Amino acid sequence: MSVQSNVEVHSEWGIVSARQAGRNLAKELGFGGVDQARFTTAISELARNIYLYAEQGEIIIETVENSRITGVQRGLKITARDRGPGIKSIREVMEDGYTTSGGLGAGLPGVKRLMDEFDIDSVTGEGTEITAIKWLR
Amino acid sequence: MRIPILKLKNYLLISVQVDLDDQTALQFQEDLLNKIHQEGSFGVVIDLTSVEMIDSFIAKVLGDVVEMSNLMGAKVVLTGIQPGVAITLIDMGIVLDEVPTALDLEQGLDKLQQELEA
Repeated sequence: MSVQSNVEVHSEWGIVSARQAGRNLAKELGFGGVDQARFTTAISELARNIYLYAEQGEIIIETVENSRITGVQRGLKITARDRGPGIKSIREVMEDGYTTSGGLGAGLPGVKRLMDEFDIDSVTGEGTEITAIKWLR
Repeated sequence: MRIPILKLKNYLLISVQVDLDDQTALQFQEDLLNKIHQEGSFGVVIDLTSVEMIDSFIAKVLGDVVEMSNLMGAKVVLTGIQPGVAITLIDMGIVLDEVPTALDLEQGLDKLQQELEA
């Protein structure tokens, strides 16, 4: 059964709620301390991006499964969705050190390194959807 | 919410017991600098043993408060950074430049003493 948690982000408190929801799910699923920190931090960064650039959006956290020869692998997926200005150049934002906020966030390359899978879908003027998965080891 | 700042002789001791939100972190920055000014403190230990997550914003606030305190003439040591926090910060490429750290409060106080005597 899949468990899901949706958090609206339109203030700094949304960032806090999103990472608390993430930590609870990561604990429940059995993530170790270090991966809990990675997962929670990734949520915090993505929620902060929504708050900084799109003003509002949502963070959805859900359990995912992947069938492998060795058995079913479980993980947690973050979807960060907003109807903000969109990202003009995905190639640029994925470069280390790229910033438009003056270095308030570690940026998306940092989030990508914290997670196992990472995907951006963005349309200028329409919004951005970022999905990222951390698998249970 | 406000983080309590304890005075011990010429030092200030802070034990952060919660994951910091933005407002609390910024309030703490201001409170600490005011307290250093009021008490004329030489050294500060900020213990992060109970902090399970530091994101890029909180890292920046902490790095800044160390630098600000240095400007005022007080040395700051961060102690008790958890393995998950250390790994996450490096994964993200966040470097806390020239921030003195120690394993725990006791070693933090020793380090302060060394830095102040040097």
